[in-house]
Amino acid sequence: MALSRKVGFFEGLKYKGGGPMLAWILHRISGLGMVFFIGLHIIASHFSLDAGSDWAIALNTLYMSVYFQLFIYFCVLYHGLNGLRIIILDLWPKMLEYQKEVTWLQWLIFVPTYGLTIFLMIQQLLAGE
Amino acid sequence: MTIRKIPHPGWNLEYLMWLFMRISGLAFFLLAITGMIVALVQGARSYMGLGTLMRWTFFPNPFHVQAEVPDVDLGWRSGFWQAIEISILFFGGTHGLNGLRYVLEDYFTRPVFQFLSRSLIFILWVFLLVVAVFVVMGS
Repeated sequence: MALSRKVGFFEGLKYKGGGPMLAWILHRISGLGMVFFIGLHIIASHFSLDAGSDWAIALNTLYMSVYFQLFIYFCVLYHGLNGLRIIILDLWPKMLEYQKEVTWLQWLIFVPTYGLTIFLMIQQLLAGE
Repeated sequence: MTIRKIPHPGWNLEYLMWLFMRISGLAFFLLAITGMIVALVQGARSYMGLGTLMRWTFFPNPFHVQAEVPDVDLGWRSGFWQAIEISILFFGGTHGLNGLRYVLEDYFTRPVFQFLSRSLIFILWVFLLVVAVFVVMGS
């Protein structure tokens, strides 16, 4: 029962999956982002601790910058909230009827939490802390 | 052509990983909340920026806070935190690399590729965990 996957990239863009599809694609992007950047950070930390390599110290300095943290915080918070939604819907499959509403509720939690955090982080950056 | 299978309960990789993804996902919330609460009890609010607190919540390593904490040895560096760090690393590394396997196997379905990518991911998993434990024990 294999699904046919012979769909081109631009054809795929036309697919109107709506909110749940956006959640799916953001879950993948944020997850891969975390695997890549945190994996790199672990290796760089090892090289800066044990060898003091220049590239490792430069990479970890980049990771300390606010702009990078805004990106990684998006990944962590979105992936966490979306994962929590998936776990809850898996535990109580009857709630799948309200998939759309739950996805909206998730944005309703995500936007203020992320917005307030980046607002405070940028405020602290501008205040020079 | 093999497509990633729907997990059926039993002792098979897909089901066990399905279960693991859920359990480790809940464990991250527990570990993160532990780190954040202890940080706030230790007075993080009076001398720590929000970004630093988030970094600590995500991964309680003394290097993440040493720029803003006067003395890291007072409660920010201990065996307790190392145990929490190692469990985050084990859960996180396995969760993340299994997620990478999901994504790859959704797009590349030939058995040869599946064997190669699984071997590569397994080697990467062992390598990352070993390196990470070295970093945690050395920090």
